Amino acid sequence: MALLGIFLMVFLVVHLGINLCLLRDDGGLWFHEAAHFMGTNYVVKVFEVVLFAGFIFHILLGIILQIKNWISRPVRYRVGNKSTTPFLSKYMIYTGGIVLIFLVIHFMNFYFIKLGWVDSPVPLLQGGEPDFFETARWLFTQPFYSILYIVLMVVLAFHLNHAFGAAFQTLGLEHKTYTPFIQGFGTVYSIVIPLGYTIIPLYFLIFSLVS
Amino acid sequence: MKLKLKIWRQSDASSKGRFVKYKLDGISPNCSFLEMLDILNEQLIGQDEEPIAFDHDCREGICGMCSLYINGRPHGPDDAITTCQLHMRKFRDRDTIVIEPWRAKGFPVIKDLIIDRTAFDKIIQEGGYTSAHTGGAPDANSILIGKVEADLSMDAAACIGCGACVAACKNASAMLFVSAKVSQLALLPQGKVEAKERVKKMVAMMDELGFGNCTNTYACEAECPKEISRSNIARLNREFICAKVL
Repeated sequence: MALLGIFLMVFLVVHLGINLCLLRDDGGLWFHEAAHFMGTNYVVKVFEVVLFAGFIFHILLGIILQIKNWISRPVRYRVGNKSTTPFLSKYMIYTGGIVLIFLVIHFMNFYFIKLGWVDSPVPLLQGGEPDFFETARWLFTQPFYSILYIVLMVVLAFHLNHAFGAAFQTLGLEHKTYTPFIQGFGTVYSIVIPLGYTIIPLYFLIFSLVS
Repeated sequence: MKLKLKIWRQSDASSKGRFVKYKLDGISPNCSFLEMLDILNEQLIGQDEEPIAFDHDCREGICGMCSLYINGRPHGPDDAITTCQLHMRKFRDRDTIVIEPWRAKGFPVIKDLIIDRTAFDKIIQEGGYTSAHTGGAPDANSILIGKVEADLSMDAAACIGCGACVAACKNASAMLFVSAKVSQLALLPQGKVEAKERVKKMVAMMDELGFGNCTNTYACEAECPKEISRSNIARLNREFICAKVL
């Protein structure tokens, strides 16, 4: 769980880097360049398989662990637990479940178009490849989709906020000096990365409303 | 103090339990929580009713026998104490107090508020022995141990095995208990010889007995009467990964 989680958190940084290319006013030149590289490079293609496996195992392990944990307490307490714990830590399965819903929507909007399972909402590129720059622009100019995307990014932030420090604890990487830094970095990561993703729909939404 | 009590009553392990309401009057705020239950039991005996069964022994926070999940917290509304160290001044007059046994698959209810904590003994037994020589007491300085390691080991050894960590954890995980027992030996040279086998066997037994998995909510650390640190759980994870991989 923890190892896969860290791998997915690294992936989120790479994905954000490519997504931020959408903000450049170059007709999608940088974005297409990056997407083409990611789609054709053999090393990236190997990582793509690892990434899919990572997502699937992270989700499956999370569900299996949760079921085992529910079974571990067959009779529930009458009074809910009042112990002092980090608030978000208790709801990881729920925030994770919501992120999974987002993942399905995201796949339907992009990856399934690439696979030819879903029709593209915008015209294809000259080579017959899907135009994800225009697809993203089209999606983000729709208020419902943009607001849904932003809300889901907030939930992702909640998930990451606990996940970052917990991953290190689970791997036994705890140190009197370094752990406070890891916790602090985790908090910054969980705010900055989802905020970076949120800027993109906000930009397109505000731009479309103004124009 | 006037109090309303809602207490879990269950005649034996196989029968279905239920909450029973009681009223108490004239309780001193300086009375301990267990003394309050003693007073209630005297009243029940006087009324020819079955007294409430609950675990207790030393009544000075050492033995780890007392348990009780009181108003949503193991050992009640105070930090770093056992139930026997809890006093009625922590409650207000006319409060309603809900008292439940600790709930976990690994801790089945025997009667009323008494639970079977044999699972912890089984985990300890699975840990095995240390290769310390028998015979006369060794010289105090024959094995040198650093101050930091000695202190960390002693901190872990403070665990009294009460099970509050399991009771508090939303997953009924015994990770804090197991981590304390693994740490106290793994930190010392005497415990290092069998450290790899010990951690693997204790974790396997913990899983076999039906305790949940740690999801790092740290409720265990918050409720531990001996303030066992979560860093022991990280050490347990480290020891376990090294034992499995290396």
